[in-house]
Amino acid sequence: MKDKKKAFERAVHGVFLILGLTSVCCVLLITVYLIISGIPAIHEIGLIEFLFGTTWASTAAEPAYGILPFILTSVYGTAGAIVIGVPIGFMAAVYLAKVAPPKVKTVMESAVSLLAGIPSVVYGLVGMLVLVPGIRKMFHVPDGASLLAAIIVLAVMILPSIIKVSVTALEAVPKEYEDASLALGATPVETCFRVSVPAAKSGIAAAVVLGVGRAIGEAMAVMMVSGNAANMPSLFQSVRFLTTAVASEMSYAAGLQREALFSIALVLFLFIMLINATLNFFLKRSKEG
Amino acid sequence: MKKIISLLVVGVMAVAMLAGCGVTNSGGRVSTDGSTSMEKVIGALGESFMAENKNVTFTYNPTGSGSGIKAVLEGRCDIGLSSRSLKDEEKAQGLKETILAYDGIAIIVSPANPVSDLSLEQIAAIYTGEITNWQDVGGNDASIVLIGREAGSGTRDGFESITDTVDACQYRQELTSTGDVITTVSQNPDAIGYASLASVKDSVKMLSVGDVTPSEGTVKDGSYVIQRPFVLVTKDGTALSETAQKFFDYITSEAAADIISAAGAVAAN
Amino acid sequence: MLNGKLSRKRRGYIALMRTLMYACAALICALVLFLIAFVLVKGVPNISWELLSTSPSYLKERIGILPDILNTVYIVIATLFIVLPLGVGAAIYLTEYAKNKRFVAFIESAAETLSGIPSIIYGLVGMLFFCQFLGMQTSLLAGAMTLVIMNLPTIIRTTQESLKTVPQSYREGAFGLGAGKWRVIRTVALPGCVDGIITGCILSVGRILGESAALLFTAGFAHALNGIFEGLTSAGATLTVALYVYAKEQGEFGAAFAIAAILLGLTFLINLAAALTQRYFRRKKAL
Repeated sequence: MKDKKKAFERAVHGVFLILGLTSVCCVLLITVYLIISGIPAIHEIGLIEFLFGTTWASTAAEPAYGILPFILTSVYGTAGAIVIGVPIGFMAAVYLAKVAPPKVKTVMESAVSLLAGIPSVVYGLVGMLVLVPGIRKMFHVPDGASLLAAIIVLAVMILPSIIKVSVTALEAVPKEYEDASLALGATPVETCFRVSVPAAKSGIAAAVVLGVGRAIGEAMAVMMVSGNAANMPSLFQSVRFLTTAVASEMSYAAGLQREALFSIALVLFLFIMLINATLNFFLKRSKEG
Repeated sequence: MKKIISLLVVGVMAVAMLAGCGVTNSGGRVSTDGSTSMEKVIGALGESFMAENKNVTFTYNPTGSGSGIKAVLEGRCDIGLSSRSLKDEEKAQGLKETILAYDGIAIIVSPANPVSDLSLEQIAAIYTGEITNWQDVGGNDASIVLIGREAGSGTRDGFESITDTVDACQYRQELTSTGDVITTVSQNPDAIGYASLASVKDSVKMLSVGDVTPSEGTVKDGSYVIQRPFVLVTKDGTALSETAQKFFDYITSEAAADIISAAGAVAAN
Repeated sequence: MLNGKLSRKRRGYIALMRTLMYACAALICALVLFLIAFVLVKGVPNISWELLSTSPSYLKERIGILPDILNTVYIVIATLFIVLPLGVGAAIYLTEYAKNKRFVAFIESAAETLSGIPSIIYGLVGMLFFCQFLGMQTSLLAGAMTLVIMNLPTIIRTTQESLKTVPQSYREGAFGLGAGKWRVIRTVALPGCVDGIITGCILSVGRILGESAALLFTAGFAHALNGIFEGLTSAGATLTVALYVYAKEQGEFGAAFAIAAILLGLTFLINLAAALTQRYFRRKKAL
């Protein structure tokens, strides 16, 4: 009887072990598939030519598969979104955490949650109809679908995550720090920025990492406002990101072109892993330091 | 509270199942995939086919001509839809084409644009970047914004081969569907684009090419030169399923010609 | 008590920071208000009973989103059906069974990696693996499986968090009474983490509703009206995918905005549900 029970318990343990390993299996699956699909094209096109070639002409009579325009566009786009989104989000977070009266805070936080939950295509929709004509009229460019439009949309999309994480980090700062600062004669605002913010540094850095991850991986909203021509990035030019490059040609690509798209996905994947690993490394170091 | 939640969940599932059960189609299926220009035509044909044959499911995936050809090759759909003729290498892979209809490619501009006619040579020069300002062709002093389709598009292929601008077009935007080109051109007073005649809406203005206005009549008698065939792509040697074959015969028959005309194309039969 | 006046420099600094804070907060409020107003003003007039209860028809030149609504419901049900056992099981393993701390950290970092991968890559791998390799073709089921992998980290995390709040003494008590490990989990731990599971479900539903890139290549965008089993094995557009197709590929902005308004309303309801559940369970646990 006892053996039966033990065997049963063992079996249950085994089942749960397998379930526990599902996430690891999934990561392995994704990595393996991307590598298997992505390597052949890189091998055939040549790593340097692929990563640093400046022309992408996948269906021309003499195809060229350089993805430098996409890489640079993704980098500039993400950087632009961070440069606009982080300061605004951060300031708003400080307001919410330290200054806002409770009622205002509740209302604003639910507004931010709503912003976070809206599907990205809705942002793309509004961007398509408001931002693109707006940029065309305001800056007197022939066409508003551009890197700038994508940057603005991305900045708006990463605001909620930045605000949420920053607010949590700021609220976690021990009250004693602030009390001590006030006792020493600092005003509330000074305390806020000179004491609480540095104390919440790692949380805010985590918010930035989250923002970077979201911005570099966004495809749908960006596809609707950025014009989709494979140019080297320039603020008012129609551009293509790593993500939109995959999305726009995927459905009809064949042969080497299709494999090149998988390689782009592989590059994107590695990029994101690299960024996450680097930023987390710096976070850990500053935590210990 | 727990009871309420579980009742809610069960309720939602029951409703979904019931809603679904009421419309179960246990009959045959025919799946089509491909050209976005053909959407109106094939959509109308599919709908009338379903209306005449109960318990049949017709699906259409608007992914673009290149994608549709690939889909039928890989067996992911019954009939592929392409808005251009098959290339030799595609035929060599065992694909067969059947012309369903002819469609004009309209050159469209925003209604705010004063230009209303261009010659074929002017259009080619505009798209290759030789002419960059509207005033060179009789319009306002503004840069021309070139809107086109993605590389696998049948419409782009038709346009570029007729205007002899293959691989030479300097697009400002490369969009993935006919509807998108129409929307983008309608919003920009300096834009020019090309789209399937069958799909053109009132939000844009069609240009006449060499003084020939695009219409079903001018497409039919060939005077409107920018036109291409709507093609059904099937695998040579592989028989279609019964339902798919029935659909195929239906849409290539004379009975369907009215529906095709109503949708804006010129029936081949 | 402030003794004497602040220096000019300090006053200037305080004023600057204050202005920036208020400005940014106001900007965000304005942004949210504008978005909501724009979507609602453009969308609500287009919502009609006809839109909600019919399928699109070319012959009658009408757009209906009933198939999309049903497809969304089907895919939510299918995803939750699969992800809940997997996620809850994994969370149980991590909190109840796993002894090796490094192993636990390893699995948790794998889950975190999963949540950082962009949805377009999920769509691509999903298409390669589920549609082509496993032969599911373009179908809601393939889309659901892809969504399962995307939502696994969420379910694992929320279940884990609430499992941790079950006091260890409960478990020890049950062990002391002679119950086997599985019995302890079934009767003590699982009931205690129901709130985490529900929160995870609500969050996942929100995420599924908003997902489009992952579904574009795995579930396609067809508008056929199907029953649940028929629907799961054929291609179908969910509301969000339909929004993208109507807006970008067909230029039907009336329908697109109507769907956007509906999605906005649903997002609001989901946030509300999440907040209410959290408050309810917090109160219950405090007792």
